Parts: sequence; C-alpha cells; structure tokens
Amino acid sequence: MKITLISRNSKDKFHFTWMTICLIIILFLPLLLGIGLYLKSKLLLDSTSVFDILFSKEWSPIEGKFGMLPFINSSLWVTIIAILIAGPICLFSAIHLTQYAKKSFLNFMHPIIDILSGIPSVVYGVWGILIIVPLVSKYIGPFFGKETTGYSILSGSIVLAVMITPFILNILIDIFQTIPKELQEASLSLGATKWQTIKKVILKKALPGIISAITLGISRAFGETMAVMMVVGNVTKLKYGVFQPGYPLPALIANNYGEMMSIPMYDSALMFAAFILFAIVLLFNFASRLLIIKYEREIK
Amino acid sequence: MDNDIKINIKDLNLFIGNKHILKNINISIPNKKLTVILGPSGCGKTTLLKTLNRLTDLYPEVKVKGNIFIDNEDILHTNKNITEIRKNMGLLSQQPYPLPMNIFRNVTYGLRISGRRNRKILKNRVEHYLKQVNLWDEVKDRLKDSASQLSIGQQQRLCLARGLAVDPEIILADEPTSALDPISSQTIENEFLTFNGNYTIIVVTHSLRQAKRIADYVIFMYLGEVIEQNSADEFFNNPKEEKTKEYLKGIFN
Repeated sequence: MKITLISRNSKDKFHFTWMTICLIIILFLPLLLGIGLYLKSKLLLDSTSVFDILFSKEWSPIEGKFGMLPFINSSLWVTIIAILIAGPICLFSAIHLTQYAKKSFLNFMHPIIDILSGIPSVVYGVWGILIIVPLVSKYIGPFFGKETTGYSILSGSIVLAVMITPFILNILIDIFQTIPKELQEASLSLGATKWQTIKKVILKKALPGIISAITLGISRAFGETMAVMMVVGNVTKLKYGVFQPGYPLPALIANNYGEMMSIPMYDSALMFAAFILFAIVLLFNFASRLLIIKYEREIK
Repeated sequence: MDNDIKINIKDLNLFIGNKHILKNINISIPNKKLTVILGPSGCGKTTLLKTLNRLTDLYPEVKVKGNIFIDNEDILHTNKNITEIRKNMGLLSQQPYPLPMNIFRNVTYGLRISGRRNRKILKNRVEHYLKQVNLWDEVKDRLKDSASQLSIGQQQRLCLARGLAVDPEIILADEPTSALDPISSQTIENEFLTFNGNYTIIVVTHSLRQAKRIADYVIFMYLGEVIEQNSADEFFNNPKEEKTKEYLKGIFN
C-alpha cells in the first residue's frame, strides 16, 4: 500500500515539474526575444542616442543616418486607421450576431469567419493591389480632392482592417456569448428597450473584453507585414497624410533585412526597428491590462 | 368572479423548433393572490413564466400560439408597447443577476430608463424599496458599491427591490430561492407573504413544501400540460387528478 502511494506521489511531482518547466519556457520567451533584439541593436544605440533615432526624420543608411520617425509614424497611422475602420464594424456585427440573429445564422457565420481569418496575408495583399489601390486612386482620393497613386497609408489601413476583422469579430462573439441571457431578461423586464439593454447593460458588462479584443487587434495589425507592404508604397517621404505613401516598421525590416548585412550599422538599425515594434506591442498590451483592471475594480 | 382574475391564458401552445413545449394551457390566475406553479423540473414552468412577459421574444426559434389576457388585454396580440407590458411585471430569476452597476443604480435602473432623473425622488425611492425588502440597513452606507459585492441572498433581495421600483402589479418569480441559503430563502418567502394582497404574485417552484407554505392558488404542471389547478386548500387536501396525488405523495419528482 505504502509503496504505491509513494510512487503515485512521485508521479504527481514529476508531472507537476514538467508542466512548470513548460510554463517557464513560455514566460521567458518574450524576455529572451527582447534581450536578443536589444543586444543586436546595441551597436547603433552606442553611436547614436535613442532620442535621435526615435525622433529624427532622416533615414539615409549610406550616410549613417537612421532616423526612424517616418516608419514609426507610418506604422501608427496604418494601425490606428485600420482599427477605426474595423473596430465599429466588428462591434456592431458581433452585437447583431449574438443579440438579434437566429442561432442558426450564427452557426452559419462561424465557419465563414474562420475561413476569412485563415486566408494567407499575401492573398489579401494581391486583393489590395487589384481592388483597393485603384479604388483609392480613382474614387476615394479625388472625392476628397487629393491626387494619389493609391499606394498609400489609407490603402494599407483598409487592407489591414479587412484582415483583422475576422480576428476581432471572433473574440467579440465569444465575449458577448458569455454574458448571461438572464441579465438581458432582467433589464428588459424592468421596461428597457432592447437597445437600452445593449447600451447600458451588455456593453458595460462586455467592456473589459472589448478592450482586450481591440488591443489584440492592434497588436496584430501593428506587426502585419506582407499585405500592408504590398499596398502602402514603401517610400520614406517627409510629407504626411493618409493619401501619401508610407513605410511601416515591419515593411522596413522585411524589405531590407538580409540585403544590407555588409553594413553592420544598418543591420543593427533594422534590429532596433524590430525592438521598437516589440516594445510598442508590449506597451499596448500592458496599457490595456491596466485599463481592464481599473475598470473591473470600479464595476464588475 | 371575473373581476378577481388577473391573468387568463387560453389555448396557449409553445414550440421550440419542432418540440412542443407547452400544450394547450388554459389557466386563470387570481388577482392580488399568490399563485404557485408547481411541477417537476423540465415541465415547462419557467417557459410559461417567460411567456407571460414576452421574454420569449428574445428567442427567434420560439413560436407561441394562443392568447394571454392580462386585464382583458391580449398581450400576445396587442398594439401596446411591449416595454410597457413588461414593466407591469417584476421578474425574479433563479439566480440573482444584478446589473453591472452600483446598488443605487440597480434599484433606480427602471426609473432612469423611463426618464425619471430627479435625484431627490430617486433617493427616496431607493430607500423605500430597499426597506421594503429588508435590505436598507445592510447596504445604506454603501449604495455606491458594486452590486456584485453583495452576498447571493442580498443580491436576490436587491433584484426584488429593483423589480418593485418600477411599480408593477404582477411579480413573476422563477424558483427564486433555489440558489439561496435557508435564511435568505426564508426572507424572500416572508417578503412574498407580506406583499401578498398588494401584488399578483406568481412563483414557480418544484418544492412541494415551499408551495404549501406560501400558495393561495396552485397550478400543477407535468410534461408541458396543466394537470390540475385549484385553491391551495383544495389542491393539497383534496386533489382530483391521479398525477397530482402521486406527486403529493412524492412518488415521482
């Protein structure tokens, strides 16, 4: 009896140990990634101050000038506009699918959304070149009185918005489905209309989830490379505007890495670009965590 | 006699998809009395209750046929605003679902959405209704706290106060004590007994003992059908149907 007990206990311990090790690997992965990128970009950081790199507009690797402001700017703009387009669309679609539509319709939509999120980003990129770029240059640009080739921040944002929509929508549907139907019934039985119920009860209850869905969307949009690169123009111009071409950080890295290995400083600069990407995504996630914790403390 | 009937249900049938959930329901619920809908789990009690304030509208797959007259108005075929119909009925569910806001706002929710915002009146109402459900003394110093911090028993009383605050004539309660500890259950039952005479109260329960303690009138359901309905006295002491007798003896549950 006693022997079996011991062996069962040690088995338990064994399983606990390997699970802990797996967990530690996951915890250390982002840390290792951050350290690696930092060490690689140290060469650049030693020669130029961080402030100069982040806020200088001059990008001229041959002259040894590595100002990253245009790239950071492009990345932020493309991401923000994409979220502004995709966010409301996803939110209202999710509300419709979970609060108004028949269950059978939601069941019908689920695989469609999954297919959309599974399409390779290069396909979205081609679709962007064929449809969105001409649309922007022929219709949307002239509508606002702007001349544009179509290869622009706006085109990047639209393609990106379409790409992250299924991703955000899936999370939002899950979130709305976890809100108990009885809560809705309680509100309705007190004389609230359906829209009042959604506005005052359901959205309020879902807010932490909505914030994290949007943040995940932002993180994903920020790092998306291929599709954006294909339609955004990839020119470091100093002129800003949604109809101007842009050059986001991921595109910078993807376009140049490997070609310029012979210039160590260039290599280091690209690593630093990756580090910025990494840091900004991390920051977004921390900020949203804080927001959620604060909100949940206030109202559950 | 007819004046004493608050709700009259005629030939009510309810389907979910192809499933026939409620079968030819014909019942009369007396005015300002406590009616208990009794029956084993899954017999359609809760569905019947939700049909009364048309929460079944929420589920597009549900089909309802027949008539439900409340004060001679057929609420299934009416031009009246559904929100008005619902406001006339306070709902208490199996588990308390406080709205995601503080205690004060929970009680005043119904008032605020119908446009009443006078701070002083709202404050008065909150005190009045929280006192009515014996919760005032426990929460008067923390009305701004989130309602989810209350115990389950307190939450259920809060939900009752929230329902009373819109001034309904009818209270619908769906196994309101099944999730509560004995003391909270007793409090809720006692509150029902105190209100009795002022409201038409309909309590769904599967507990025979609870029904005996509180009912004026009993409707016994089994597998989607009404087997017997009678005053509590008659029902418990002189049951007519064989199924009722079996249930009262505890042969099936």
